Amino acid sequence: MIHSIVLLPLFGFVISCLFSFFKSDQTIDRITQIVTSLFISISAILSFYLFVINLSDPQVYKFTLFTWITSGDLSVNWSLYIDAVTRVMLVVITSVSALVHIYSIGYMSHDDSKPRFMGYLSLFTFAMIMLVTADNFLQLFFGWEGVGLASYLLIGFWYKKPSANAAAIKAFIVNRVGDFGLALGIFTIYMVFGSIDYQVVFENAEKFNETNFNFIGYDINAITLICFLLFIGAMGKSAQLFLHTWLPDAMEGPTPVSALIHAATMVTAGVFLVVRCSPLFDLSVEASSFVTLVGASTAFFAATIGLVQNDIKRVIAYSTCSQLGYMFFAAGLGAYGAAMFHLFTHAFFKALLFLGAGSVIHSVHEEQDIRKMGGIYIFTPLTHAMMVVGTISLMGFPFTSGFYSKDAIIEAAYLSDAMFSNYAYFLGTLGVVMTSFYSWRLMFLTFNGNTRMEEQKFREVHESPYVMLIPLFILAIGALSFGYIFKSYFIGGASVEFWDHSIAIHHHEHHHIPFLIYYLPAMLGILGFIIAWYMYLKNTKLPAAVASLNEPLYKFLLNKWYFDELYQYVFVIPARGIGKFFWKIIDGYFIDGFGPNGIASMVLKISEKARSIQTGFIYHYAFSILIGLSFLITYFIFVI
Amino acid sequence: MNELPILSILLILPVIGILLLTFISSNSESDANLKQTALWVSFLNFIISLVVLFNFNQLDPNFQFVEKYYWLGDTISYQVGVDGISILFVVLTTFLVPICILASYNNIKFSMKEYLIAFLALETFMIGVFISMDLILFYLFFEGGLIPMFLIIGIWGGERRIYSTFKFFLYTLAGSVFMLLAVIFMYWEVGTSSIPVLLQHEFSYDAQIILWLAFFASFVVKIPMWPFHTWLPDAHVEAPTAGSVILAGVLLKLAGYGFIRFSITMFPDASHYFAPMIYALSIIAIIFTSLIALVQEDMKKLIAYSSVAHMGFVTLGIFTFTIQGIEGAIIQMISHGIVSAALFLCVGVVYDRIHTREIERYGGLVNRMPLYSFSFMIFILASLGLPGTSGFVGEFLVLLSIFSVNTYFAVFATTGVVLAATYSLWLYRKIIFGQLIKDDLKDILDLSSREIIIFVPLILLTILIGIYPIPVLELIEPSSQLTLEIINGKMN
Repeated sequence: MIHSIVLLPLFGFVISCLFSFFKSDQTIDRITQIVTSLFISISAILSFYLFVINLSDPQVYKFTLFTWITSGDLSVNWSLYIDAVTRVMLVVITSVSALVHIYSIGYMSHDDSKPRFMGYLSLFTFAMIMLVTADNFLQLFFGWEGVGLASYLLIGFWYKKPSANAAAIKAFIVNRVGDFGLALGIFTIYMVFGSIDYQVVFENAEKFNETNFNFIGYDINAITLICFLLFIGAMGKSAQLFLHTWLPDAMEGPTPVSALIHAATMVTAGVFLVVRCSPLFDLSVEASSFVTLVGASTAFFAATIGLVQNDIKRVIAYSTCSQLGYMFFAAGLGAYGAAMFHLFTHAFFKALLFLGAGSVIHSVHEEQDIRKMGGIYIFTPLTHAMMVVGTISLMGFPFTSGFYSKDAIIEAAYLSDAMFSNYAYFLGTLGVVMTSFYSWRLMFLTFNGNTRMEEQKFREVHESPYVMLIPLFILAIGALSFGYIFKSYFIGGASVEFWDHSIAIHHHEHHHIPFLIYYLPAMLGILGFIIAWYMYLKNTKLPAAVASLNEPLYKFLLNKWYFDELYQYVFVIPARGIGKFFWKIIDGYFIDGFGPNGIASMVLKISEKARSIQTGFIYHYAFSILIGLSFLITYFIFVI
Repeated sequence: MNELPILSILLILPVIGILLLTFISSNSESDANLKQTALWVSFLNFIISLVVLFNFNQLDPNFQFVEKYYWLGDTISYQVGVDGISILFVVLTTFLVPICILASYNNIKFSMKEYLIAFLALETFMIGVFISMDLILFYLFFEGGLIPMFLIIGIWGGERRIYSTFKFFLYTLAGSVFMLLAVIFMYWEVGTSSIPVLLQHEFSYDAQIILWLAFFASFVVKIPMWPFHTWLPDAHVEAPTAGSVILAGVLLKLAGYGFIRFSITMFPDASHYFAPMIYALSIIAIIFTSLIALVQEDMKKLIAYSSVAHMGFVTLGIFTFTIQGIEGAIIQMISHGIVSAALFLCVGVVYDRIHTREIERYGGLVNRMPLYSFSFMIFILASLGLPGTSGFVGEFLVLLSIFSVNTYFAVFATTGVVLAATYSLWLYRKIIFGQLIKDDLKDILDLSSREIIIFVPLILLTILIGIYPIPVLELIEPSSQLTLEIINGKMN
């Protein structure tokens, strides 16, 4: 059963890969769509089954497939390792993936390379499953780069668009910068533990608590160093501050891709890594504080940008970035269960929002600018309803999924006395208002008010087909109810049995949380809603006025804190300049000039000179002999 | 099996092929016969090398299939054999030569016969390098290979072929002169040029330093390391496709093989002494040439510069004196032999159709060439070291080993991985993606069946070595261990 969860997506990929080389026609398209969707759906059902049967009586499944690399005392296997954390991830990955596969049948109906698209989706799913089922860091790295590849291929799916190609490369390279840290982390793990198997590393973690490791001249605590390096990888994949710039651009890809990869699954791989390595992070105060700091800052920073963006997908992308920040600071504060819980619920409501946005884009003829929408809810009632569900879950409205998970995180920050916990609590709470505001701003501008579309286009707005809507319904169920259903397993009373030592769990003494604190996030969420309602429905002149009043701030946020420009000037342009310099000046002028070409021309010059001596005239030679002879005679007479 | 002089057969078969070719008259109709003959001869040689591979005893770290004949007096003999390290390179060579011949079917416009003769001669020389168990014999083959390569670039090359081929020839020859002196010195010192004997001999420290430098002078140009690399981009750009393939695929590996077999094993003290210099040069090569690759306008130049960066990983791994480093370096060489060969073939495919290597002249090829785009993608990914392709295994092992030696160097070397992704994907995007707008590309054809036959084995090997490199690792493990034991034995 476990093997088929992993292998079905791979088969789906191989089949659609083969089909994509045939001349595209309707039958082939249909077959690949059905086969891949079916495979993933089976995989999803099996994952869910596996999840449910292990809810209260967890087991660890472990299979070794075959050896990958052995060299000296290093030995790495291809394996399947399934514990509680993996099961949660499997449910998220396969169920969202299955729904996205089905949704894509409708969404991509006008595209002419459907097999290729379905193939990439399946490839992504396979790589992501390999990532979470690894029992060692190298297989994790395989999955890690594999999902990066799939993401690259899918962002650049519409390869005719230059912007899509640029975004795809940017995503891959920024991720590689993160992978650079991850790779160094793996090397350090091997140096310290002599193995890169999870089991060996986590079981011996405490033994090396005091060990120092010399890294580029600094003696650093080994565990702290490992955690820092791994976290750099996590920052890249999960688009945290400084390595976040690729995620908004990744919205160039088709919308189902954004839902699957850039909201629900791949971007959460960083959180998964930190949670998976919780036995290590738990030992390092420094690394955990850093995780909190970065997470909280990202949660705030991304939310501020989300306030003013006008592209429907970019708003949601920044929201994703911000929510990932919440997960990270929860993990940094030691609330790994809460981080996983938010990962779990977020996957459903965020995929719902993205697929809903896709449905909107589909309805309004590929328009993505929310300033050019408005009032379309009459034509798209179902999409509207589903997006409302997603939005209230995201804002943390009481008793939705998002309420339980976000609350757990903010509570953890409130209760914690770790470094940066107050910082995280403050920014996290502030972020709640902003989250609610930008979400409702998006909703109001898109669906309500007077339309700002052209007359003709507005009349052609239509609801999406059922093949797209049904996945939305299913996700909506998750967005509403999964928080309530699973809260006791993830963070509540049953959590110790549920997680079964797969994550580090802290036993807080039971604090009494004041009622006000408990409902504060929800109330702030409603406050955000009211502000958005006032600004975008009631007094629609206000936003422009506010913007012009704070022109510099508005520009700063609109331009995303100028990170792209900064990187362009600090990295991209210098790299090319240095490359040119090395090529033309160092290689061309110095090395070739003094090396091969220089020596060659020197030889030529010397031989020119030598040739001019050999004139071929007897009297020249006789003259030289005479001169030489007189020198010799002089020498003999005077010296000897 | 042992009675049959199978390695000598491997060596002589291409020569027999040359003789056969001389009897076939060369006019345009019979070119087909020439190609067929050369192809079958080289393919037969590949089969024979596989026979060697399958009869090879993996557990034995020593030379096998040894043949020894009287040659120049008692001390210099014709002695050949293979161990776990060299056998892989022999198979790599016999595997790439038929591919090269197949790739030359349409793009060699004149003197087909002479071209094929040069190629088969080159095959003999390259095989000879890897199977020699005598230093003099090794030197002969090592230098002999320059001649056919010189001709291949100089006669069938591009516009600046004369400059490039002389640069290639003189540069590499100049380095090798020092090696010849060292070989002669070693012969007088030990009294024999037999490699197994020399491997056990302990040279004095001062002698080691001199000898190491002399060998280094030859290998540093051939592999090539920064700053002795400038001949390589020129040679690649001007060489015909198959010439580039064999240059990147096999000729660069001769020096890597030499480093393992001679430098570190025969002169371990000197190798340790010079190791920091090697690290520094390798890392400069990795970063420097990767940055240069970023701004190239010529496809072949870009791949040539990336080759220098990849070979930087090889030298880095060898001089860590760890099992992971040496095995990683060997896998990296095998992988690079397959992948860079394939990348040059990819360039050849479009060059045959459009006759330019300028990156700007392409764009949007995926619209008309899906199979080509797919193959190219696989090799680009292997080149940037994606896990699951052959490029990853070697790079990972090398980086792991250098990390255990020095974290500074490891950090710098790992940045090369980021840069590799940048230039590789940039190249791919410029050529393959985008809209097909340029007029001369509008009727470009996808891979022909001949080209598919060329690419399929390369793709399969790239992925197979990436996912299941165990057979290769097991093959090289005993001999690599033995190498390290010899080194450590001499050091103590």
